[in-house]
Amino acid sequence: MTSSLEEPVSSKPLASARQTLLRNSLGQMVVRRILLGFGLLIAASMLIFGGVEALPGDFASTYLGQDATPQAIANIREELDLDRPMTERYLSWLGGIAQGDFGTSWSNRNSVGDQIWKRLGNSLLLAGVAALIAIPLALALGMVAVLYRNRIPDKVISILSLAAISLPEFFIGYLLIQFFTVQLGVASFPATVYDGMGLGERLATIALPVMTLVIVVLAHMMRMTRSAIMNVMSSPYVETAELKGLSALRIIAEHAAPNAIAPVVTVIALNLAALVVGVVVVEVVFVYPGIGQYMVDAVTMRDMPVVQGCGLIFAALYIVLNMVADIVSILANPRLRHPR
Amino acid sequence: MPEMLSVKNLRIEVTARQPDGTATNLVLVDDVSFDVGKGRVLGLIGESGAGKSTIGLSALAYGRGGVRIEGGQILLDGQDIAKLGLRGIRAVRGARVAYVAQSAAAAFNPAHKLGRQVIEASIRHGIMTRAEATKRAAYLFGILGLPDPDTFGERFPHQVSGGQLQRAMTAMALCANPELIVFDEPTTALDVTTQIEVLAAIKHAIVETQTAALYITHDLAVVAQISDDIMVLRHGKTVEYGSTRQIIEAPREDYTKALVSIRQTMRQEALPSDDAQLRVAGMTAGYSAMDVLHDVSLILPKGQTLAVVGESGSGKSTLARVITGLLQPKAGAVSFNGAALPPARKDRSREQLRRIQMIYQMADTAMNPRQKIRDIVGRPLTLYFGMRGKAKTERVKELLDQIEMGPQFLDRFPAELSGGQKQRIAIARALAAKPELILCDEPTSALDPLVAEGILKLLLRLQEETAVSYLFITHDIAIVRAIADRVAVMHRGKVVREGVKSAVLSPPFDDYTDLLLRSVPEMEIGWLERVLDGRRVVTQVPGAAMELERS
Amino acid sequence: MTLRSMPMSARIGLAGILLVFACAIFAPVIAPYDESAIVGEVWAPMGGDFLLGTDNLGRDLLSRLIYGARATLFVALSATVISFSIGMFLSFTAVVSGGVVDQLLSRLNDLLMSVPALILALVVLAVLPQNIWILIVVMAVIDSTRVYRVGRAVALDVSVMDFVEAAWLRGEGKLWIIFREILPNTLAPLLGEFGLRFAFSILFLSTLSFLGLGIQPPIADWGGMVKDNKDGIIFGVSASLTPGAAIAFLVVCVNLVVDWLINTTSSLKGARDNA
Repeated sequence: MTSSLEEPVSSKPLASARQTLLRNSLGQMVVRRILLGFGLLIAASMLIFGGVEALPGDFASTYLGQDATPQAIANIREELDLDRPMTERYLSWLGGIAQGDFGTSWSNRNSVGDQIWKRLGNSLLLAGVAALIAIPLALALGMVAVLYRNRIPDKVISILSLAAISLPEFFIGYLLIQFFTVQLGVASFPATVYDGMGLGERLATIALPVMTLVIVVLAHMMRMTRSAIMNVMSSPYVETAELKGLSALRIIAEHAAPNAIAPVVTVIALNLAALVVGVVVVEVVFVYPGIGQYMVDAVTMRDMPVVQGCGLIFAALYIVLNMVADIVSILANPRLRHPR
Repeated sequence: MPEMLSVKNLRIEVTARQPDGTATNLVLVDDVSFDVGKGRVLGLIGESGAGKSTIGLSALAYGRGGVRIEGGQILLDGQDIAKLGLRGIRAVRGARVAYVAQSAAAAFNPAHKLGRQVIEASIRHGIMTRAEATKRAAYLFGILGLPDPDTFGERFPHQVSGGQLQRAMTAMALCANPELIVFDEPTTALDVTTQIEVLAAIKHAIVETQTAALYITHDLAVVAQISDDIMVLRHGKTVEYGSTRQIIEAPREDYTKALVSIRQTMRQEALPSDDAQLRVAGMTAGYSAMDVLHDVSLILPKGQTLAVVGESGSGKSTLARVITGLLQPKAGAVSFNGAALPPARKDRSREQLRRIQMIYQMADTAMNPRQKIRDIVGRPLTLYFGMRGKAKTERVKELLDQIEMGPQFLDRFPAELSGGQKQRIAIARALAAKPELILCDEPTSALDPLVAEGILKLLLRLQEETAVSYLFITHDIAIVRAIADRVAVMHRGKVVREGVKSAVLSPPFDDYTDLLLRSVPEMEIGWLERVLDGRRVVTQVPGAAMELERS
Repeated sequence: MTLRSMPMSARIGLAGILLVFACAIFAPVIAPYDESAIVGEVWAPMGGDFLLGTDNLGRDLLSRLIYGARATLFVALSATVISFSIGMFLSFTAVVSGGVVDQLLSRLNDLLMSVPALILALVVLAVLPQNIWILIVVMAVIDSTRVYRVGRAVALDVSVMDFVEAAWLRGEGKLWIIFREILPNTLAPLLGEFGLRFAFSILFLSTLSFLGLGIQPPIADWGGMVKDNKDGIIFGVSASLTPGAAIAFLVVCVNLVVDWLINTTSSLKGARDNA
C-alpha cells in the first residue's frame, strides 16, 4: 500500500501534462502523430495548389507571354482547364497524384509524373549517399567534441562548423570544383548521369555534389549532436553514474546513450529534411539531372504543373522525415513505454 | 586505528569566469576539519552557500562545475584520496563511499529499472555476483520500508512516488556495503509526513548496516534526530563542531544559538471576531474535469492572520488563485468586507484589486528583473494613487524605511539584492497599495532559517502598524505557531480542521492533523524515536500508512 | 553587454559587418568604376586596372562587389526587419490573448512551416511578378514563421512568471503587460535571434539570386554575381568565387557577433538565477 501523500512534487502544468500522457497509450500517440502528418500533407498540398491559384496574375497570359491575344488566352484557358472551379481542379489534381499522375508539363507536354519518378531516384541517390557519409561522421565528431569539451579538438571543430554553416551551398560547390576539378583534375564536372550508367561510375560522378552536401549538413548535424549529448551528459543521473565509480565508456554506453537516442535521432531526421532541400541548390551547381534542377527550371519557365508536383514531393519528404523524428522520440520515452 | 573519514584543513576553490574572459577565484570551503568514525553519523548544517554539499562531494573526490580541492587532506581509512589517481578514485566511488542526492527523481536514470541501477555499483566493482546483489537489494528495500521488496526493483523510476524514490536511492547507496555514505539533503524535497518516514528508514538502515555517514541538511531539527556529531558551517567556514547533545542543548556560538532558538516564537492569538475581512463559502474549484478544492469554507477576521496549512497537493495554492480571481470557482463565493467579490479578476474594479495584494514564494520571479526598485515599489503608487515625481520617490523611501532598507536601494535591480532583501521589496510593493489583505504564498519557504525569521518578524510588525490582514499559506507548523490567529488545515482539497489557533493545535485531533503535527521535527534529541513509538500505538491513518512497520 | 567585454571574435565580426555597411553606403565614392559599365574584356584576370578582374560581360568585379553590398544588405535587412515585426507581433498577440487566437495562429504557423522555406519560396516566386519588394515580402513572410515560433516560446516563458501575474493582479492593461513586463525581458534572447535570422536572410537571398529568382539584373547582388560568372569556373576563372567569398565573409561576421550575443544573454540569465 502506497501513501498518496507521496505524490512527487510537481507544478500544475507538468502534472496535467503527465496525466494527458498517461491517459494515452503509446500506440495511440503514434497513430495520432501519423494522422497529424497525413493532415499536414493534405494541408500542404492545398497550400501549394491553392496558394498558387490565389495569387494575382493570370496564368494564361503569363503562359503565352507577350503574344497573348484574347482568343489565344481563351483557348489556353480551356485547354488547361482554368475555367473550372478551383476546388474541382484541386480534387482532380490530388486524385491524379494519388494514382501517380502529376499532369502534363506546360512547356513540353511531357508527363510530369514520368520525369519526377526518374529524377527523384537520382536525387535520392545523391541525398542518400550524402546521408550515409554525414550521419556517422557527424555523430563521431559530435562525440569527440563532447569528450574534449572546451579543449582544443572541441574548439577546432566548433570554429570549422561555424565557418561551414556560414557558407552558401553553391559557394562550397564551386570551391570544390575549383580545387578538385580545375586544379587537381581528379573529379568530373558537370555531374552528368544517364540511364545504363554503372553504379561505380555513377558514384564517381556524384563525388563532388555528395561532398558539398556532406559539408553543408555535417556542420549543422554535428553542432546539434554536440548540444544534445552535452544536455544528457550534464544531467544528474550521469553524475550519479559517475559517483558510482563507473568508467567513462560505461557511463556513455549505459547511462547517456539510451537517453540520447531520441534527441540524436531527432537531430538526424531534421537534418535529413534539410538535406532534401539542400539537394536543390547542389543539383543546379553541378547540373545534375535531379528533381531539384527540374523544379528550378520549371520555376524560371513558370511551368506550374511541374512546380506544384515537385513542391509536393519535397513537402512530403520533409513532412515524413519530421514525423519519423517525432515518432522515434515518442517510442524512446520510457514513461510512455512503461506506463504506471 | 584511523577514523573512517578524516578531513584535515580542507580548502576548496572554484574559478568563476566572466563572459569577457576575466577569472576570479572563489573560496567555497576554508580550513574545515572533522572526523567520522565507523557507525557514526556527522551532520553538516548550514544555510545555502555554506559549502556543505561541496564538502560532501569532496569525500568522493568529486567537484561540480570546476570545483577543486586546493588544500588540506581527505583521508579515507587513513588513505589520502588525492593520491589515488583516476582509477583509484573510481574504485572508491560507489564501492567504499556512496552518495544520496537531494532529488532522487533526477538522480535515477529514467531509461532503466530501479533494481538494475541499485545493484549496478556492487556488480561493476566486483563486490557481489548479480544474484547476491539482487538479494541484498531486496533486503534493503525491505528494511527501508518499500512495498513488495522482492519485485520493487522491477519498476521504472517514474512508476514510484517521490518518497519511495528517495528510499530507493538510499538502498542504491547501501547496496555495495560502503564504509561511508554521504546524504545530501535527502528529505528536503519531501512533504513533512513523508520526510519522517524516509528519515526513520535511513536511520534504521544506518544502524543495521553500521556504516559511517555524513548527513547534510539545512534543518537542525532533522539532523538532531539522526547524527552523533554536528558541524555548523557558514560561508565555507566552521562555526561550531561538537556532539549533537552539546550543539542542541548548549550551543556556544551566537550563530548556533540563533539556529537552535529559531521557531520558538509563539504569538498570542487575537480574540475571535465577527468582523470578517474575507469569507470563503462552499468553494469548489479545479482545472478542467479535476476538482482541486472541495467545498472549502474559511473566515479571516479583520486585522488578523489566517494560516492555511497543508502539504503539496492539498490545494492551498489553488485557494489563493481563486481568491485573487485567477481561477474561477465552479461553486461557492468569496466575500470581502461583507460584499461579494466578482469571481474573475477582469471583472474586479481597480479599487477591489488594490485592497488584496500578494506576496509570492519566489521573490526572484515575482519582480521584473529589468525594473529598478524605485519602479517596482513605485508602480502601485502611480497606478492606484496617481503619484508621480518627487512625491512618489518620497513615498518609496518611506516604504523602504518601513521594511528596514535604506534609500540606497532605490536605483538597484532585483538581481543585486539577496534573497531576504528581495522578499522585503516584495512586501514593500504590496504595502504601497495600502491593502487591507495580503495573501502570503509560502513567502519564507525559499529562504534560510534566520532570514525567514526576520521576514516573519517584519510581517508581524507591519500588521501591528497597519492593521492589515494576512492569509498565510504555508506547509510549516512552526510558522503557524509563530504568526497565526486562526488556522485552517487542508488535506486533499478539503479543510479538515479550522478555527482559532489554540483550538486547532490542541487535542483531540482528527487523524490527519495528528499525523501532520507529529511529523514536524522538533529541536530535541530522541524526538524521532518517541514519535515512532507513539505511532505504533496509534491506529493507522488512512492514506498515510506507515510502511515502516514491515521491517 | 558592453563593447569593453566583447571578445576578440565578436570584435572582428562587428568590424566586418561595419566594413560591408560602409561599402554599401559609400559605394559611389569607393568603387573605381560604375556598377554596370563595361570597362574591359570578358573575365580579365586579377590585377592591373581591375583589382579583382572583370566579370562575364567585362564589368569591373570589385566595383560590382561594392555596389552588390547595397542590394544584398538592403534586401536581407528589410526582409529580416519585416519578418521580425510580423513574427513578434503575432507571437506576442498569441501569448497574451491565449485560447482560440493562440491556437489559430499557432496551427497556421505549423502549416506554413511544414513546407520547407526554399520550396515554398520557389512555388510562390514562380507565379509572382519579379520585383524587389515582392521578393522582400515573400522572404519576410516565410521567415516570420521561424520568428513566430521562437517569439512565442520566449514570450510564453516570461508570461508565466510571477511578476507578470502580479501585474495582472495589480490591474495593469494588456499593453503595459506586453511592453513593460514581457518585452524588456525578451529583448536579449531576441537580439541573438535577430542576428541568426539576418544571417539566414543573407544566405536565403543569395540562394534565390543564384537560382535566378532573387534580385534581377542589371542590379548587382552577390548571389546573382555568382550565377552570372558560374560558367567561368571550369576555365579556372575565379569571378564566381569572389562574390561567394563575400557572402561567406559577411555571414561569418554576423555569426561571430550572434555567438557572442547568445553567450552573454545566457550567462546573464545564469547570473540572475544564482543571485
